[in-house]
Amino acid sequence: MASDDDRSVTDYTLNQVQLERIEKILDSDLVRSGINSVLMIDMAGNIIAKGDNGKCNHDVYALAALASANFAAVDTMANIVGEDFSLLFHKGEHESIHFSKIWNEFLLISLFGKDVSLGLLRLKIAEAIEKIKSVWH
Amino acid sequence: MADNYDDDISLTDYTLGQDQLEKIENILTKDLVDSGVHSVLLIDMAGNIIAKGDSGRYEHDLYSLAALASANFAAVDTMAKIVGEDEFSLLFHKGENESIHFSKVHSEFLLITIFGKEISLGLLRLKVAEAIEKIKSVWSL
Amino acid sequence: MAFVNLKNKEVQAKVVFYGPGRGGKTTNLEYIYNKFRDRIKSDMVSIKTHGDRTLFFDFLPFDIGKIMGYDVKIQLYTVPGQVKYNATRRLVLKGVDGMVFVADSMVEQREKNLLSLKNLQENLTIYKKSIFKIPLVLQYNKRDLEKQGIPVMPLDMMEKDLNSQLKVPYFEASALAGDNVINTLKKIISLTMASLQNVLK
Repeated sequence: MASDDDRSVTDYTLNQVQLERIEKILDSDLVRSGINSVLMIDMAGNIIAKGDNGKCNHDVYALAALASANFAAVDTMANIVGEDFSLLFHKGEHESIHFSKIWNEFLLISLFGKDVSLGLLRLKIAEAIEKIKSVWH
Repeated sequence: MADNYDDDISLTDYTLGQDQLEKIENILTKDLVDSGVHSVLLIDMAGNIIAKGDSGRYEHDLYSLAALASANFAAVDTMAKIVGEDEFSLLFHKGENESIHFSKVHSEFLLITIFGKEISLGLLRLKVAEAIEKIKSVWSL
Repeated sequence: MAFVNLKNKEVQAKVVFYGPGRGGKTTNLEYIYNKFRDRIKSDMVSIKTHGDRTLFFDFLPFDIGKIMGYDVKIQLYTVPGQVKYNATRRLVLKGVDGMVFVADSMVEQREKNLLSLKNLQENLTIYKKSIFKIPLVLQYNKRDLEKQGIPVMPLDMMEKDLNSQLKVPYFEASALAGDNVINTLKKIISLTMASLQNVLK
């Protein structure tokens, strides 16, 4: 198999303006809708962009590493049984975590409390993802 | 995968006699496989398969699945701690044809059920809960 | 696949410690964590079994300061070494930028080193990466055992076994005592950063 190390540095490039746009979307669409913290990460666990309400000080780098691992493990389990599980969501007493894929390259990890309904959250996330995708065009 | 050399076998904190294992596999078969579950695994938190039941119609790589499930469970648990939760309630993963459901047995084991459309989630949950109670009673005999 | 953030001028790169079970991968990270505790803002995350074996990975983000105007954050990971965890081990390699292969110098571990290196090569191939191209450092760990009378392989034997084709930098080390742990880390960081240099210009 041909190796493509030469291109492995980043398959995607985002310039400063694009990153600013993405963080703006995260802030105006998600944080202002009541989400505590949102991370856009790549599948290797790197943080691409983030937004938060300033009230939570979770270890976001550890969260990004764990979230990408969690997603990859679930994805591999799905493959083993011949499926593609698209939805991943963890519900806690006070804090819940929602995962969404952006293409096959990125994950949007949203942390939210009880004050946000899951239905509204899903809607807002879907809207934000569409806007993020358009940043590439 | 290289099976041709042996890893140090990790010592387990639990012991199960042959009798007990047979009882457990019996429960898995009668309560779950006979109710329409495709495959069911009882694993420990290190990903070792303790017992399994299978309808014989599926050829999934259950050993990889067990390793992934235990690792994934631990990763989710660690995430929960980071955001200040004791634990996240275990959810199940829904697929087109195959779905996977996870349940804890004590805090030492996971019961993984793979099921299709033949059985509803509600019935599955009931059957899983019943099976877990029976499995627990195997220890206290 | 390092991520270069042009807005925050930050680079995140992933370095994975690989090798046979009980070879000292986690011990390497623990030594680094203790040594640089004042510089490492977050906790080390370890996903392990009750028996203290790595189940998924250890994770340690390590800020190395500014390089070419970028804040560089090296994300250190270990893989589970036990053979049975290949499915999870493979997942950790996703997006890897640099590797340390921690070999066990104990004579009786010779075969396991070889199999683990072969397994690394196979697993990298899945991500279309070549073991001959990726930044890689070999660490011959547990050299200190010789003093306790435990037989270890001579250096030239390990070089011949593991490094005759790769020809990558190597260190004789003791992760437990800390010998050459930091030198191993410095070497893989410099190789990894060199491979990223053209994107940082």
